[in-house]
Amino acid sequence: MTDQFEPVIIGFTCNWCSYRAADLAGTARIKYPPNVRLIRLMCSGRLDPTFVLKALSEGADGVLIAGCHPGECHYLEQNYKALRRHRLMQRTLAQFGIEPERVRLTWASAAEGAKFAEDITEMVEQVRKLGPLNWPANLPTKPVPVGMVAAEIPVLSEEVA
Amino acid sequence: MTDKTQQERAGEERIGVYVCHCGSNIAGVVNVEAVAKFAAEDLKDRGVVLARDYTFMCSVAGQELIEQDIHEQGLTRVVVAACSPHLHEKTFRNVCERSGINPYLSEMASIREHVAWVHTDKAAATAKAKAIVNGAVERVLKNEPLEAIRVPIDAATLVVGGGIAGLQAALEVAEAGYDVYLIEREASLGGHMAQFDKTFPTLDCAACILTPKMAAVGSHARIHLFTWSEVEKVEGFVGNYTVTVKKKPRYVDEDVCTGCGICVEKCPVMVVDENFEAGIGYRKAIYWPFAQAVPNLPVLDPDTCTYFIGGKGGCKACEIFCPTVPNSILFDQKEERVSLKVGNIILATGWDLFNARRIPQYGYGRLANVFTSLELERMCNAAGPTSGRVVLRDGQTAPKAVGIVHCVGSRDRNYNGYCSAICCMQSLKLAHLVKERTGAEVYNFYIDIRTPGKEYDEFYLRVMDEGVHFVRGKVAEVSDVPIAPSEEGGKLYVQVEDTLAGLQRRIPVDMVVLSAGLEPRHDSAEVGKTFGIACSTNGWFIEKHAKMDPIATMTEGVFVAGCAQGPKDIPASVSQGAAAAARVLSHIRQGELALEPIRASVLEEQCSGCRICNGLCPFNAISFVAERKVSEINAALCQGCGTCVAACPAGAIQGSGFSNEQVLAQIEGLLRDVAQPVTREPVTA
Repeated sequence: MTDQFEPVIIGFTCNWCSYRAADLAGTARIKYPPNVRLIRLMCSGRLDPTFVLKALSEGADGVLIAGCHPGECHYLEQNYKALRRHRLMQRTLAQFGIEPERVRLTWASAAEGAKFAEDITEMVEQVRKLGPLNWPANLPTKPVPVGMVAAEIPVLSEEVA
Repeated sequence: MTDKTQQERAGEERIGVYVCHCGSNIAGVVNVEAVAKFAAEDLKDRGVVLARDYTFMCSVAGQELIEQDIHEQGLTRVVVAACSPHLHEKTFRNVCERSGINPYLSEMASIREHVAWVHTDKAAATAKAKAIVNGAVERVLKNEPLEAIRVPIDAATLVVGGGIAGLQAALEVAEAGYDVYLIEREASLGGHMAQFDKTFPTLDCAACILTPKMAAVGSHARIHLFTWSEVEKVEGFVGNYTVTVKKKPRYVDEDVCTGCGICVEKCPVMVVDENFEAGIGYRKAIYWPFAQAVPNLPVLDPDTCTYFIGGKGGCKACEIFCPTVPNSILFDQKEERVSLKVGNIILATGWDLFNARRIPQYGYGRLANVFTSLELERMCNAAGPTSGRVVLRDGQTAPKAVGIVHCVGSRDRNYNGYCSAICCMQSLKLAHLVKERTGAEVYNFYIDIRTPGKEYDEFYLRVMDEGVHFVRGKVAEVSDVPIAPSEEGGKLYVQVEDTLAGLQRRIPVDMVVLSAGLEPRHDSAEVGKTFGIACSTNGWFIEKHAKMDPIATMTEGVFVAGCAQGPKDIPASVSQGAAAAARVLSHIRQGELALEPIRASVLEEQCSGCRICNGLCPFNAISFVAERKVSEINAALCQGCGTCVAACPAGAIQGSGFSNEQVLAQIEGLLRDVAQPVTREPVTA
């Protein structure tokens, strides 16, 4: 192992497209860097912005959000809601002093294992360049309560209207 | 939701962690022993009481291992680190259920598809696998016992597409005694198979084996035919779909018309039939696609009918000569919409022929005597435009030399990368038919000959023995221009590199046949969207699993059959049609189906009635209850996407199966190795 910075990225995927793309990348033995750890949601629309903040505050250097392509959402249009939230999250994070590129939104259909692997590779390189976020070290020493829900972060609740 | 902290819960739960080797699939890259050791030691304070690694967790012995531990060690929750949950989540949930634990108190950690198969650095892969297991352990602590949602299955079935796959599927379901609605876009059943002359490798006449099936479907009391119709809208879910079918006007009264054919005979308009006759034959403005059409009803094409073109005036020959009372011709017939209730759907929508004009160097559409394979099929067909004679475009001259070009639009990075599966055998069949009927010299220009079916290779040998020539090489160009003094005009020259002989050849022929590949239907993406299923990058419908479930789709209750799922020959299409029917019958016989209990619900005492969620649901499952000033979710309509859960500013919407608590805990677990100690709860056992 070299001294190169290895970022840790949390990836949120949807059950129908992007998680399957990740499965397909596996079945096809397509290689990508091991820096991304995936979480399955039913839909990218399920992504509560709290999840992103939680991941960054727990030590992730970046967050990848992957849904079905626009127009191909299993739930008709909920990936558009993820798109809206992503825009808002990027603006909010910028105000926190966090580079918006640390939270990336991408689309991958169930057939796009290779594309998803490419997206991951690209994002890992991008976050590697940005360097460690190291948010936990800058947090107050008080423990973050487990099971913190959206309501406790009022700044993020406005976008849903 | 409970008030217990994660720590308290970890204290009273007994979690078993099982790390699968999957032979060497996982163990070859991930140090499975180290992962199990990590779970047993480092996650002891998180409730893990035992962790094992085992060769194949999904095997009977692997499952028994878990069952035994549940009984003997008193496990209350189970984590299996193995393949994707899309493969074996059900398997391990069943193990839990059999052993008396709620099946939803288990969790899978995907360390094969998401780790072992995609990474090469063993240390990094093992570290990632540990993190994923850690995430699954934290998540499983937050899992709530759930009950599957049971939905009744409507026994009526929708089959879309009346080609051989759809016919087979419809017959199987109907024969079992259940109603089938068969929707066909064209005027008759039959699909592409009806266009062919002979079928490989047995050289059965296509019509002779297809039309009895068409007739059986057409006359079956349980099968309700909708030809010249398309599915417009699909609502609902497995067991309970509402399908809107658009019946295009055929301008013929289906209830009165006897199919006598006098209208067709009297119609004075002749147009080129681009559809059934592949552009080499004619039809009338009112016509049957072919003689054995089912249903035996003509259809009037308003785009070519004199009466319609003339702004509804003139001609009316069909109406004048129609002998039925009342008259069967209905010039004022309108589009109709029919609503159908079905429990399951089989999509057998077939394929489109690759447009050979897209390869200009092969000259199709520019050089008269370049034909597509489908044109030659029609020509060979005794009921076709030339009554079975193989002739040049002049309609008279029999060719003395014929070149058949394989892989046109298939196995070609410029067009389609995939193999169309049937063209080798089709080309061999056409070579045989041309030889038989004209005695011409026949050249097959191929990249590879692919004959992996029952008696297919034997047929290849037979065609070789018949004296058909085989030149291995991709054709560069088909030209009608002589370039050497020895070359005469009026011929077609096939320029090809003979890769076996290692030389360029230029072979003069009279006729070139392009074995065009199979493509997904031009509107497959749109159709997929209507039925809630996806297409592969090539455009074929995606099956649930490429190998283990090539019949179901990701949408429960929607199945695929035939070429809609990928290129295949007739026996494979028939098999898949029957298989899809078997799956539907299994649903029907079960009476009701258990669905994933992933649904959202509102905790009324926390709901402020802000109604933010109301507009977010695409299924209109959320409504505002004015009396109580809260929002309410209709569980029957909710599909479980969770968008409202994420949006609720009060955290008042619970998403079962994917709750905030579960996801947040999983994040913590996934990042345990990188999180600073300050962000973690103190660990005391």
